Amino acid sequence: MSVSDATSETIAPTAGLDAGGDVADFWALLKPRVMSLVVFTGFVGYALAPGHLHPVLAAVAILCIAVGAGASGAINMWYDRDIDAVMARTKNRPVAAGRVAPEEALTFGVVLGIGSVLVMGLALNLVAAALLALTIAFYVFVYTAWLKRLTPQNIVIGGAAGAFPPMIGWAAVTGDVGLPSILMFGLIFFWTPPHFWALALFRSGDYAKAGVPMLPVVSGARETRKQMLIYTLLLWPFALGPYFIHLSGPLYLAVAFVLSALFTYYAVKVCREQTDKAAKQMFGFSLVYLFALFSALLVDHALSPWWA
Amino acid sequence: MLSKAASQALNRRRRTRNLALGGVLLALVVMFYLITIVRIGLTS
Repeated sequence: MSVSDATSETIAPTAGLDAGGDVADFWALLKPRVMSLVVFTGFVGYALAPGHLHPVLAAVAILCIAVGAGASGAINMWYDRDIDAVMARTKNRPVAAGRVAPEEALTFGVVLGIGSVLVMGLALNLVAAALLALTIAFYVFVYTAWLKRLTPQNIVIGGAAGAFPPMIGWAAVTGDVGLPSILMFGLIFFWTPPHFWALALFRSGDYAKAGVPMLPVVSGARETRKQMLIYTLLLWPFALGPYFIHLSGPLYLAVAFVLSALFTYYAVKVCREQTDKAAKQMFGFSLVYLFALFSALLVDHALSPWWA
Repeated sequence: MLSKAASQALNRRRRTRNLALGGVLLALVVMFYLITIVRIGLTS
């Protein structure tokens, strides 16, 4: 059964009649859990940037990053409604479940996306606005519309979209893209493959059913586990890098070392045990890893006057 | 033709959405006001 066949049976017939979902559905279109990670990393990028930004403008910058990320999510749900309806993890999303009409989701996403870029440009600077526009465009056109259904490298290249927020936060303050923000970009970029492939390992049946060529579906679980370990090792220089370019101090270095060692341990465990349980542990820890690493950057930065 | 219960549910959803939209518009007005004040302060 093709994806479109499956979709025609699964999408609720109410879509389009009065699909007007409630406020919670529109909130869900913004992918709030993804948004929280984006907002947090964007905030760290802003906080670590040299210079001063008025608190109101800082709040506007973070809001624009959040809304831009949400807009990408809404457009993604509009475009992927056919495969979302097939997969157990996504079948209850507002568009796939028929609670919000596709055209409403698209309009919602486009208006928010354009609005967030315009406000970023007007209130902050053009570099931050251009980066935000690039992030949205990259997620929508490069990842969602092009790579996701085409290649198992979809989340490797598409992962760049999720890596831009700290760079946008940094650019909102400085008006440019410095080496530290590129390092933070690299950190998220190389973290994304092991994070997503851990999920794909224990959801591979779902992806196969929807016809999404995730790495475990195309190349098998063994190759995926190997690639996860490789990317986890590639992550080390980006995790420890902030200390060596004097963006952070010894506290961050210690935390980054321990977290990276644990992340590598989980990647090795996935390779050795070859179970869904190990993949789930790796996925869960990957979220802790990124939040903890960026938290460490923030705390270390806040404490830096004490050991300067 | 919608049943009475369905019609009430529809109206409730619309009312909630309209209130949320009103809140967002109000927040936008306040945000643009604050941005203007801050930017005027920065340039002067």
